[in-house]
Amino acid sequence: MSTLVIAEHDNGSLKGATLNTVAAAQAMGADIDILVAGANCGSVAEAAAAVAGVGKVLVADNAAYEHQLAENVSLLIAEVGAGYDNIVAPATPNCKNFMPRVAALLDVAQISEITSVESADTFQRPIYAGNVIATVQSSDAKKVITVRTTAYDAAPAEGGSATIEALDAVHDAGISSFVGEEVAVSDRPELTAAAVVISGGRGMQNGENFKLLDGIADKLGAAIGASRAAVDAGFVPNDMQVGQTGKIVAPDLYIAVGISGAIQHLAGMKDSKVIVAINKDEDAPIFQVADYGLVADLFDALPELEAKL
Amino acid sequence: MKVLVAVKRVVDYNVKVRAKADGSDVDLNNVKMAINPFCEIAVEEAVRLKEAGVATEVIAVSVGEKSCQEQIRTAMALGADRGIQVETDAGVEPLVVAKLLKGVVDKEQPQLVILGKQSIDGDNNQTGQMLGALANMAQGTFASEVVVDGDKVNVTREVDGGLQTVSLNLPAIVTTDLRLNEPRYASLPNIMKAKKKQLDVYSPADLGVEVTSHLTQVKVEPPAERKAGVKVADVDELIDKLKNEAKVIS
Repeated sequence: MSTLVIAEHDNGSLKGATLNTVAAAQAMGADIDILVAGANCGSVAEAAAAVAGVGKVLVADNAAYEHQLAENVSLLIAEVGAGYDNIVAPATPNCKNFMPRVAALLDVAQISEITSVESADTFQRPIYAGNVIATVQSSDAKKVITVRTTAYDAAPAEGGSATIEALDAVHDAGISSFVGEEVAVSDRPELTAAAVVISGGRGMQNGENFKLLDGIADKLGAAIGASRAAVDAGFVPNDMQVGQTGKIVAPDLYIAVGISGAIQHLAGMKDSKVIVAINKDEDAPIFQVADYGLVADLFDALPELEAKL
Repeated sequence: MKVLVAVKRVVDYNVKVRAKADGSDVDLNNVKMAINPFCEIAVEEAVRLKEAGVATEVIAVSVGEKSCQEQIRTAMALGADRGIQVETDAGVEPLVVAKLLKGVVDKEQPQLVILGKQSIDGDNNQTGQMLGALANMAQGTFASEVVVDGDKVNVTREVDGGLQTVSLNLPAIVTTDLRLNEPRYASLPNIMKAKKKQLDVYSPADLGVEVTSHLTQVKVEPPAERKAGVKVADVDELIDKLKNEAKVIS
């Protein structure tokens, strides 16, 4: 048995989601290689080679893969993955973009966002916004899988000494091109990797009031998230959304402020180790999952919390 | 330019779905069904393209049992010109749905196919991308803006940390994210009109596709329940608990 893990990276650094994915691959009990597809991504390959438990790092370093366009990268992964039993990637927006293309090219199903490996062909995954956990068995000889990274502790980033092998294969489908990007520069940790997350909901009333979370986030080293209701209302951008259709987080501490606790939001945060809810409605469903609930007006509680931390 | 929109019949957004007691499947008895929210955004986008004079015809397609005609009619009430149902059993896997949609694409030759990024029942997030691979079309997934420009379409996508814009050759695939648009409500006259619009029904065989199954659902179960904790009286008690009981802050 052999598993190919697809590295999540930005050409400069290997992202933590890759380490959680390696841990999931280890649960599959197979030899693990990592594929790095990018441009000028040598430092990523070196970081991948240092990950404990990895045999080989395959590097496809070419301009065609610089922005990991799904049309190009999927052709590469389908070709390289032909020699493996499992092709596994983290369920990040980037990998969610190209992995189903890989599966279709190989004419196999994709098993999305697994949270547990039951056996070589059987996996658990949440469905219906995490209200139900399904156990699914695959009859495909080759499995294409994405991993819900919050379900696995990261594999050690150090201790490995994998060999690095360059791939010459260049796949440029020639049907898409990168135009540009607007990526917010922030000193805060990434939502999906932060140890503490503080999120605001519709109760924040407007985008301006999200500033009330800033000071607390600074003191706790927290990332700032939001409920879908807050995104829908236009308070904050969608990449802050925690929930079924946004980001899935499982920090040590999750603080939900002015969030009622719709099932779609709970789907994105209920695996957090400690949950705090601050809401003035004492019947809000969020209190049913919160370890510590504070029934209070957030406009009073937030400044006080910031001052006293 | 012809636009094909895929719509899926799913459990209504507000329903809290539970596993059956025997764990064989989820309990969907007497549960309200609706058009998948992301598919609704897809329909809206296609209709707006038509209103803007970019699209000439909008075709709504759904794969499933006869009951999904309800959702096709909803799409037509929102402005789709005609509908196609591909008749299958319920619960067809994304790969097969993508193959069936590829069959419809071959028949209709649309310049743009718009789908929701994920359905809120299976939470797979696969079908659009799979269709892209099968039809060898470029894709703009998780779209927050779609601008057709001659023989290309520029799609702005929701990515980690912000937005990315890609330029795709037409024909292309777009999957919708939350902020692409805010769908309209269907007016009563349009709901009545939709009943008279053309709706063709195909079988998988008509499209030359064999319905296969790659995955078996062994069982379903409720997730581990989180127990409700305690209410704290004030901010001081909260900080004390987090420091000394949960030990998550210092």
